[in-house]
Amino acid sequence: MVGHENSADGERLVLENAQLTLDNGSVLDTLTLAYRTYGTLNDDKSNAILICHALTGDHHPSGANPLTGRAGWWDNMVGPGKPIDTNRYFVVCQNVIGGCAGSTGPSSQSADGTPYGLDFPVITIGDMVRAQNVLLDRLKIPDLFCVIGGSMGGMQVLQWAAAHGERVFSAIPIATAARHSSQNIAFHEVGRQAILADPDWRGGNYAAENTAPRKGLAVARMAAHITYLSEAALQRKFGRTLQDRDRLSYGFEADFQIESYLRHQGISFVDRFDANSYLYITRAMDYFDLADDFGGTLADAFANTSARFCVVSFTSDWLFPTSESISLVRALNAAGANVSFVEIESDKGHDAFLLDEPEMEQTIIGFLNAAAVARGLPLPEVSGAHDD
Amino acid sequence: MIDPRTSAKGNLNEKRIDLMLIASLVERGTRVLDIGCGNGELMELLVAERDVDARGLELSQQGVNACVSRGLAVVQGNADTDLSYYPDQGFDTVILSQTLQATRRPKEVLQEMSRIGSKFIVSIPNFGHWRIRLALALRGRMPETQALSATWYETANIHLCSMLDLTDLCDELSLSVKTCLTVTNGKVHHSTGRPSAWQNLMAELVVFELTR
Repeated sequence: MVGHENSADGERLVLENAQLTLDNGSVLDTLTLAYRTYGTLNDDKSNAILICHALTGDHHPSGANPLTGRAGWWDNMVGPGKPIDTNRYFVVCQNVIGGCAGSTGPSSQSADGTPYGLDFPVITIGDMVRAQNVLLDRLKIPDLFCVIGGSMGGMQVLQWAAAHGERVFSAIPIATAARHSSQNIAFHEVGRQAILADPDWRGGNYAAENTAPRKGLAVARMAAHITYLSEAALQRKFGRTLQDRDRLSYGFEADFQIESYLRHQGISFVDRFDANSYLYITRAMDYFDLADDFGGTLADAFANTSARFCVVSFTSDWLFPTSESISLVRALNAAGANVSFVEIESDKGHDAFLLDEPEMEQTIIGFLNAAAVARGLPLPEVSGAHDD
Repeated sequence: MIDPRTSAKGNLNEKRIDLMLIASLVERGTRVLDIGCGNGELMELLVAERDVDARGLELSQQGVNACVSRGLAVVQGNADTDLSYYPDQGFDTVILSQTLQATRRPKEVLQEMSRIGSKFIVSIPNFGHWRIRLALALRGRMPETQALSATWYETANIHLCSMLDLTDLCDELSLSVKTCLTVTNGKVHHSTGRPSAWQNLMAELVVFELTR
């Protein structure tokens, strides 16, 4: 059975008999996919762009999030007249499975009517992309003009190109890597341990017991948030500035502005994110190793794709450093793929991909326009506003 | 975009001739790698005029970003270290447009080039030109010409050579000069085979078509 629902925060595709086989061998029978679309699919169905969100993202990259009223997480990039121009492209964004913004995840109801909790199967980046394939099938989109995303979204982009290359015309992996590094797994483990150590986690059954591991999840977010920034950006924004005081308290209150900022980040995150989802999605990222799926040679992952790639990294990103992008580019070159690679100068760390970075925008506009020409899609009307 | 004083590339007018000559040697619809593609001017010309599948490698971030925002498939990288990641015979034609003299190991770069492609186009400012010889001989100063416009301490051109020097190195690497195009006072001269001492004296700029 298939159902479409118009929910308050975008659309829902509900599949009663989805039979989605996951990498760990288990099968998801009931599958709910929360998604949002922007723009219009053309008659040739050749102008669809899939946006893949990062660890804590959702299916609202553009416009206001109907539930929170806050601007979409990529509002500067996606919208009418923006680099991913919804006047020209049909843009699709889906909440990943395992997530907590409407798609099936550990907080969803299992067959017996209670939340899955830890009974939810451990999912992978490959599983997330399989679910996106299901959505595209239902939306009758044969292939994607472009698949784009940053961080974990970039992992999905690479997975798309490697496992479903015939459906990808162009791919833009941003601030990402073909595998999660040891250091990245280490940071995720710190976050997970903070959640597991919270007595309110209750073995994952906190929802049934009407509580939530708020402190654990907040600490996980605080630790992770540091990895999204850079030392230079922290120093520039906060330095050693004191928070609401003139002198040190000689105690453990938030003396420094950076402490107060991190506490705020942690507390506000708890209101919008599910702790179990955090465990599952970080695990999916840790398990990601594209070369390993192809006999240890990354170039082999891209042997059967004719997609054109635009790889983007940022100078101050130490979570997904440029060296990871360079390894990826070398593999793509070895596979004979059509690849562009740009390293953007920025002191904003990993989060730069979410922020206003004019050079990234110019890169993506140029790459998409060239791909549009190759795909036979019309270019935008020439206006007097063409820059430089 | 690219600072002309510190760039390996020469003056714009000189470069245009250089690019037109290179384009004249590239066959239609082929796969081309431009090593040191700058801001993509040559690649854009080759795509428009020769309908090639062009890929580029460029060291400077500004150059790469300019290329990609022009829709060209360009990767940031270093000719001295990154060519080894390209597959054997992956390209029909490999181009070094005024790039060789800016590399740290020109011999190794040529070796890699000969592994990656089957036909090669190399252009250099000719250090054997009489004006350069004269400047050094009479003034005792490092020459600054239209093609070599940066001061000795700012120039990216760290391995300058004359067209005969390059021919000797090609001999050593079993690469032979098929076509030799030289530019003197904006005029183009065409020859085949090894260049002469006279050409080496008169040419400001040279474009070699090489084969294995």
